Amino acid sequence: MTAGTARAVVTGLGVAAPNGLGVADYWAAARAGRSGIGRVSRFDPSGYPARLAGEITGFDAKDHLPGKLLPQTDRMTQIALVSTDWAFADAGVDPAALPEYDMGVITASTSGGFEFGQRELKALWSQGSRYVSAYQSFAWFYAVNSGQISIRNGMRGPSGVVVSDQAGGLDAIAHARRQIRKGTGLMVSGAVDASICPWGWVAQLAAQRLSTSDDPERAYLPFDPAARGHVPGEGGALLVLEDLDRARDRGARQIYGEIAGYGSTFDPKPGSGRPPGLRKAIELALADAGMEPEQVDVVFADAAAIPELDRIEAEAITAVFGPRGVPVTAPKTMTGRLYSGAAPLDLATAFLTLRDGVIPPSIRVSPSEDYDIDLVTDRPRTAPVRSALVLARGYGGFNSAVVVRAVEQ
Amino acid sequence: MTAPHGRRVVITGIGVTAPGGVGTKAFWSLLTDGRTSTRRISLFDPSPFRSQVAAEVDFDADLLGLSPQEVRRMDRAAQFAVLTAREAVADSGLEFTALDPHRTGVTIGSAVGATMGLDQEYRTVSDSGRLDLVDHTYAVPHLYNFLVPSSFAAEVAWAVGAEGPSTVVSTGCTSGLDSIGYATELIREGTADVMVAGAADAPISPITVACFDAIKATTPRNDDPEHASRPFDGTRNGFVLGEGAAVFVLEEMESAKARGARIYAEIVGYASRSNAFHMTGLRSDGREMAEAIRVALDEARLNPEDIDYVNAHGSGTKQNDRHETAAFKNSLGEHAYAVPVSSIKSMVGHSLGAIGAIEIAASALAIEHNVVPPTANLSTPDPECDLDYVPVTARDWRTDAVLSVGSGFGGFQSAVVLARPERSAG
Repeated sequence: MTAGTARAVVTGLGVAAPNGLGVADYWAAARAGRSGIGRVSRFDPSGYPARLAGEITGFDAKDHLPGKLLPQTDRMTQIALVSTDWAFADAGVDPAALPEYDMGVITASTSGGFEFGQRELKALWSQGSRYVSAYQSFAWFYAVNSGQISIRNGMRGPSGVVVSDQAGGLDAIAHARRQIRKGTGLMVSGAVDASICPWGWVAQLAAQRLSTSDDPERAYLPFDPAARGHVPGEGGALLVLEDLDRARDRGARQIYGEIAGYGSTFDPKPGSGRPPGLRKAIELALADAGMEPEQVDVVFADAAAIPELDRIEAEAITAVFGPRGVPVTAPKTMTGRLYSGAAPLDLATAFLTLRDGVIPPSIRVSPSEDYDIDLVTDRPRTAPVRSALVLARGYGGFNSAVVVRAVEQ
Repeated sequence: MTAPHGRRVVITGIGVTAPGGVGTKAFWSLLTDGRTSTRRISLFDPSPFRSQVAAEVDFDADLLGLSPQEVRRMDRAAQFAVLTAREAVADSGLEFTALDPHRTGVTIGSAVGATMGLDQEYRTVSDSGRLDLVDHTYAVPHLYNFLVPSSFAAEVAWAVGAEGPSTVVSTGCTSGLDSIGYATELIREGTADVMVAGAADAPISPITVACFDAIKATTPRNDDPEHASRPFDGTRNGFVLGEGAAVFVLEEMESAKARGARIYAEIVGYASRSNAFHMTGLRSDGREMAEAIRVALDEARLNPEDIDYVNAHGSGTKQNDRHETAAFKNSLGEHAYAVPVSSIKSMVGHSLGAIGAIEIAASALAIEHNVVPPTANLSTPDPECDLDYVPVTARDWRTDAVLSVGSGFGGFQSAVVLARPERSAG
């Protein structure tokens, strides 16, 4: 295989979402429009201006992981480790049977093991430095998931961690594709975030993008005239990427599709008068995939639910695809925004959409007439889907776009 | 990074903010004098802690040109990143306003992000740990920028006018090398033409000091701070925390040549591997670091004997220096005994994610000046560390190709190879 020409395909999915654990549960919920958003249960949110979240329920780490891992890992690492196990199982790959340097891990993160960090900060400031855990040095930092996943699965190949707020999940996938193109046979990539703890909550509130609604059905309504911010959630997805030829040679049980194109931009400094970069990111991703806009069958929107950001996204989509030129959806209306985990979950959803020809809905949204986009609302839409565009934006101005495409069988 | 006749990446601008003096000149003078910048911690009262020494940057953001607004919204590490990026841009002589902004990107490495800001803000909103339900009404408006350190890349992108691919690379103590490796790949593959790439960390905060105390990773040599960082020395007993930043302007080589840019070095090889062994422990044989070195050399199309200088990770912990020495022997063979190897952490401490970039700066300057910086404080031999570590005194040394390595928590092992431009062009 000549470096640079290998095609990176996805052969395994591991998902953990507020409305479903594992691909089967999550996909059933997403197709049915079932939401995982509710009142925060892990602490008492009544004193805070935002009180709703997409929490993962029914996940008990000790059901899945060895006991020695539990005290040294934050919840988001536990979810990431288990999601990776699921992704390998889905791919039908036993990492122990693969050459150690021929597989690597690249994840994204936004806030690391923030809940773990809160506990240790409390120990430091209320009791003293001798009470800080011996695990704090690595349990909270942004690289922890790549490190722990590589250790659990004996993966010694190229590794990495990117942080570009909520766009980072796509940047990680693109960086994993880069490693496949350079010759690594298999990469695990994606992200899981979870910082639903009081300290994480207060830090998220500071961005002034959280919905203050108490009504789970009306709290997170992207592209709706009633859009007033988002509901945060926890979870994400890990994906198994392989070189296409190798996946075929081993007789992979499924090839969900190809990571066909990627584009990434950063918005100009506020006040510069230059246009935002999302449209350019979409154009770059299409060019990278060698595709025309009319070849894209569905767009998974970033769906900020901040009126100004919704407008920018709707205008970018319309500029590239034409008025109501492509179905657009935001399944994250069922999960909340999962920070770096959001885009990998959207990618997983896009691959399931490719597989089944069913576009999951953006639930309970009545799109504003100001936006000329064809938003899939209320019910899933059945359509032949051969390719999808996934968009993700991060706080401060990060824009990333990935095009996925079905692979000829 | 394997295309032999494809796009090549060169360093055309350097900025350094390191302990011992702000700016590249002060940094290089410290290194070549063999002076150390380690001292008793002054950023907070270290007396309750096991390790009370660090290498701190004497730094006044206002004097260096940040507005009060910028100072307020940026963690100390972000301030380092922005000011250091400005130095690199000025040094490059490149007219950024004339560039296609979508083909100019930013990568900033950081291991622990805004840990200093988070530590301070937690203390406020929790009333020194008394409140579990921390009080949002006491939070600063920019707290989200501390929560998610991609704000560092955003600040740098704004400062230089970049609108291309931008991110923070956060692979613990190899972040600096990996940030530069990532940026190099973006230019090589044609995604970007210019990258402002580097790393910044400002980890000298109570929580970071406490977490390293908890695993005895940092030195307790509190009675002799100036000599506390002792890589490869027989009496070494832990690393000394540092802080700072290094940022580079990286350009595609042909366009850099066409504009007549000063080229410090070409980035000819990069690789990262994981030990998949332990989050903090290292196997003594160094095999995964050796593998990263082999892959980086292979990509550079250089043999071990082509390497004139090895800029070591050399943190000064018992296990690291042994691990690394074994990795050099494993990957470089007999040449490991002939090539000068040194650790600048002996002088500027270990600034976690930033140090890899700072060490790339030292490596590029070694090529520029044909001088190898020393390993300060190396006086007691260790039978397990038996290479030429350039003790105490800098060495005039023809340096055409440098290997710089890093190793960190999470098991990350990275290697970057730099080469003198005329040599690598041959």
